[in-house]
Amino acid sequence: MEFAELIKTPRVDGVVLRRPFLPTVEGTLCLTGHHLILSSRQDNTEELWLLHANIDAIEKRFVGSLGTIIVKCKDLRVIQLDIPGMEECLNIASSIEVLSTLDSVSLMYPLFYRPMFQVIEDGWKSFLPEDAFKDLESMTEEWRLSDVNKDYSVCSSYPPLVAVPKDVDDDTLRKAAAFRHGGRFPVLSYYHKKNGMVMMRSGQPLTGTNGRRCKEDEKLINATLRAGKRGYIIDTRTVSVAQQAKARGGGFESEANYPQWRRIHKAIERSSILQESLIKLVEACNDQSHSMDRWLSKLEASNWQTHVKEILTSACLAAQCIDREGASVLVHGTEGTDSTLQVTSLAQIILDPACRTIQGFQALVEREWLQAGHPFQQRCSQSAYSNSKPRCEAPVFLLFLDCVWQILRQFPCSFQFSQHFLVLLFEHTYASQFGTFMGNSASERSKLNLSQKTVSLWSWVNRPQEVERLSNPLYEANCLVIWPSVAPQSLLLWEGVFLRWKRSSRCLDEAYDEMVHIIQYNKELQNKVNNLRRQLAQLETEEPLLQTP
Amino acid sequence: MEHIRTPKVEQVRLLERFSNKSTSGTLHLTATHLIFVESNNAATTAAQEIWILHHHIASVEKLSLTTSGCPLVIQCRNFRVVHFVVQRERDCHDIYSSLLRLLRPVSYDELYAFSYNPKQNEQQREEGWQLIDLGAEFERMGVPCDRWQLTDVNRDYKICETYPRDLYVPITASKPIIVGSSKFRSKGRFPVLTYFYQEKKAAVCRCSQPLSGFSARCLEDESMLQAISKANHNSRFVYVMDTRPKLNAMANRAAGKGYENEDNYSNIRFQFVGIENIHVMRTSLQKLLEVVGSRFLSVNDYLLGLESCGWLRHVKAVVDAAIFLTKAVTVEGASVLVHCSDGWDRTAQVCSLGALLMDPYYRTIKGFMVLIEKDWISFGHKFADRCDQLDGDPKEVSPVFTQFLECVWQLTEQFPQAFEFSEWLLLQIHEHVHSCQYGNFLANNQRLREELQLGDRTHSLWAFLLREQQNYLNPAYCPTYADAHPVLEPSTLPCHFKFWRNMYHQFDRSMHPRQSVLKNVLTLKESNCQLEDTIKDLETRLQKHGISPPTPDPQASPRAQRILPTRPHSLILGAPLSRKEAQRQHEEEEEEEEEEEEEVGEEVTECCSDTERTVEGSSGTERKESYSDLQETYGAKAEPAVVSLEFGVARMTC
Repeated sequence: MEFAELIKTPRVDGVVLRRPFLPTVEGTLCLTGHHLILSSRQDNTEELWLLHANIDAIEKRFVGSLGTIIVKCKDLRVIQLDIPGMEECLNIASSIEVLSTLDSVSLMYPLFYRPMFQVIEDGWKSFLPEDAFKDLESMTEEWRLSDVNKDYSVCSSYPPLVAVPKDVDDDTLRKAAAFRHGGRFPVLSYYHKKNGMVMMRSGQPLTGTNGRRCKEDEKLINATLRAGKRGYIIDTRTVSVAQQAKARGGGFESEANYPQWRRIHKAIERSSILQESLIKLVEACNDQSHSMDRWLSKLEASNWQTHVKEILTSACLAAQCIDREGASVLVHGTEGTDSTLQVTSLAQIILDPACRTIQGFQALVEREWLQAGHPFQQRCSQSAYSNSKPRCEAPVFLLFLDCVWQILRQFPCSFQFSQHFLVLLFEHTYASQFGTFMGNSASERSKLNLSQKTVSLWSWVNRPQEVERLSNPLYEANCLVIWPSVAPQSLLLWEGVFLRWKRSSRCLDEAYDEMVHIIQYNKELQNKVNNLRRQLAQLETEEPLLQTP
Repeated sequence: MEHIRTPKVEQVRLLERFSNKSTSGTLHLTATHLIFVESNNAATTAAQEIWILHHHIASVEKLSLTTSGCPLVIQCRNFRVVHFVVQRERDCHDIYSSLLRLLRPVSYDELYAFSYNPKQNEQQREEGWQLIDLGAEFERMGVPCDRWQLTDVNRDYKICETYPRDLYVPITASKPIIVGSSKFRSKGRFPVLTYFYQEKKAAVCRCSQPLSGFSARCLEDESMLQAISKANHNSRFVYVMDTRPKLNAMANRAAGKGYENEDNYSNIRFQFVGIENIHVMRTSLQKLLEVVGSRFLSVNDYLLGLESCGWLRHVKAVVDAAIFLTKAVTVEGASVLVHCSDGWDRTAQVCSLGALLMDPYYRTIKGFMVLIEKDWISFGHKFADRCDQLDGDPKEVSPVFTQFLECVWQLTEQFPQAFEFSEWLLLQIHEHVHSCQYGNFLANNQRLREELQLGDRTHSLWAFLLREQQNYLNPAYCPTYADAHPVLEPSTLPCHFKFWRNMYHQFDRSMHPRQSVLKNVLTLKESNCQLEDTIKDLETRLQKHGISPPTPDPQASPRAQRILPTRPHSLILGAPLSRKEAQRQHEEEEEEEEEEEEEVGEEVTECCSDTERTVEGSSGTERKESYSDLQETYGAKAEPAVVSLEFGVARMTC
């Protein structure tokens, strides 16, 4: 299929682009296979390049022969295009509709994108499991890297290499995998260097209604406990949801079969509810009415902040078990690909200072989300404006980013990156020129051969100029565990995402620049002082006579 | 002092507000303060001390006896809530009854301001009172001029005893008009100038409601408004903003008061704004505090509580009114007359907030003080009644001024570069409006203040704040911002109004970010000044060795800037730097050769508690916790599930 077939009208002149808080632009609208472009063909004016994949929904309106298309994007921006001529407008609208909802993976933009920058370090090779394991090996000898899943046959959503206890052989793993949802047997997620405790994650155990058990599974997770120690299982579902799961063949670890483990239930909602929450939140943020009561009640009804608090609390609990109680932890929900990953990744942000660096955070996203099999393509194919019924869409990763932002706000000097990095990740999970977030698992990405055919987001991010843009000027490496407050008064609405297009950010940007300037100036002065001191010290040792009065 | 029965009680436990933790220590009761000193268990760290001024205490409650002792809950006007448990009931009762008497002073002479004595000589004290000169302020606005003049009708407080002596009226308003108009206005508060927008010669005037009843009219009052209108050639009419809801204004007519009838006043445009009265505001804030004070608060209950208490709705209403005023003046160039019922609550809020939006001067530290002095203190906002300084009518108490400060805070959040001061100044002013430590806010109006001879017997807060102004600077402030944005145009979409955690939870350490951007950047900015000095110094020394600096900096900051006031310690300024940072800073400090610089270094790592005790009132005297102490707070404050987890551990270890 050719894109040209889908584009009924490739260009229209005299189109007016309206965006809140920005000057209107009049120019020529062009549609290409992957972009909607608006250019005034003048110097000094911005061109709009919008990926079709970023378009969540469109609306058409007509006044006489002037048509208006409202374009609602997945990054939550809303823009308006005034198009002269009814036919042109209809053609453009239907082309956009088709182009923005293409299902075929082979037509996706990352496969066509050629980088305009020089790739210094190939992001596809930056975070290999082998490398991560080398770090682990330097700390402990109790774990090994197993290639039991090398052809993705044991678990389709796991990567080929996973870290498991040294004493457990691959056969045991296979049997344990058969007992876990989606074959997701317990694997190592995080090793806490301070006390040697670990965090593992898995899918739910398939106990079913008659309480099936699996000796190998028990052996596998018990192998992670030190003699005489107990561990904690954090089930991200409520007791009743976990109970109900039994009827569908799932379930949870019973006390009888797992006597060394203490189970704690938390209440992180399932993905369909999260999507609904996002839609309601965005609707509340877009409400133009000036009623305070309406805003607050809509914000409340969206439940978004409740989800943030629930996820953060669960992550704090996991971190607490490891750091405070000195116990190992196993985290799972139902599939182990959503709420589980929110908890394990956030707990690492809290515990491990390395995860708060730019590189470390990329490694965390790679390890705990991409390799761990979070189905990005399913979760992020629609955002908050889409009219079609959600299938598997859910802002699971966005919630994770929101939680990171909350911690970042409470510890503004402990992160090497600024919120720009989080916003960038949010944008690229929904629409991107890079292949990083394509597909639903390592196996899908490998089948599509993405590492050869597309550019990695990390290749872009890890260039010096981009690293600088994403850096937090206030960063001071802090090796401590950081415990966030989860009180409702301490949690804020993430304005950088949800109110981003709702106000002129100029004032805030300028204030931020001023802060950066103060910090940089301070560094310059420090350097100068040091140089002068050195110079002076040298002179004084050379000419000691001058010193004595 | 005769009211103190037990000056000291030992083994008192202080319960943390949002957790199950407690510390034990000794409670001291002095003539001015209630002091809690934590028993020093670790020799390395300084003991935590909490100083509470009696004037800050809003209520004391003795709860029923428990097995561990007798609980005493103290709520403060600066939103601090402390919960003590005293072992013996008799001690608790003694403290309780002493406090009951101490926190309800019956005469002004009992207030702290009259006994407060900082180390200052008489001349410094007097100079403090002369810092702010409202005559000069009107001159700055361009008044008197060819249309507005200073009138002496109120020189002896004869026309209106709640107004200041010096008042500005239109040139054409003769004395009989003024007198007639004042008789037709509640409490004699006739229309006078409060802000003059020079660019368009438009005036902001204020007054109280007219005594119009259902049909009464007053020709002098009508001429007064006519005169205000005539003084502005830009507009044919003058806006009359009644800041009350229409229903309230109408109800007032039955009592012989009411609002202007457009038929009787030529050339006015009448507008209701709908800000609720002091009683609604009082209940609203009470409800808000109840909501945010509850433990284990869920997000939904929090948001529903924010909605149902209506506080943010009221804050928005005040800001909306100020924007209306600002637009009328700056865009239309029309003069505006603002009033409510008595013209000292909502009117003060709207006039001062409007001026803040219109005039960049009021967004500086000094200008903000002038604004408060003008629209609040001199025009007779009843601070004594509203802040409950003396034992009085509880129905007169209302957080009108607090609400104004919050409106300002909401603006600083939207325009981070427009204000010279940070929110710390707002909090500090709020603290001292209630502390009765300085004379500025005592009593209800200027006449009473003169009777009390406050200028001779007390100190001025403004002098104290200006001396410490380094601490209140907003590091992002850009003086040139005002050139591009002389008039601020805030968004009043509801989503831009936020809960002011740093005000209402100022003393609840677990709620705040553990690191403060404000404090960090402020410290860096100060350090930049010092470094510039050091560079100059080093360069001169190098010159002695015959090496000249590459480019001498002519604009090196003056030496005087080096002596910085002690940084007030506050929870909202975040936890102190982590141990590592503190250590590093300490090392750096040791490297310093000059004594002066060492002092500055210390200010970051250590906290000079002595100055705080005398200068800060009850604020900022808590011990500086190390970072790891703060870390502790999470575990205890967590969800019930975590509590059960802790139970589990207890069982396991048995």
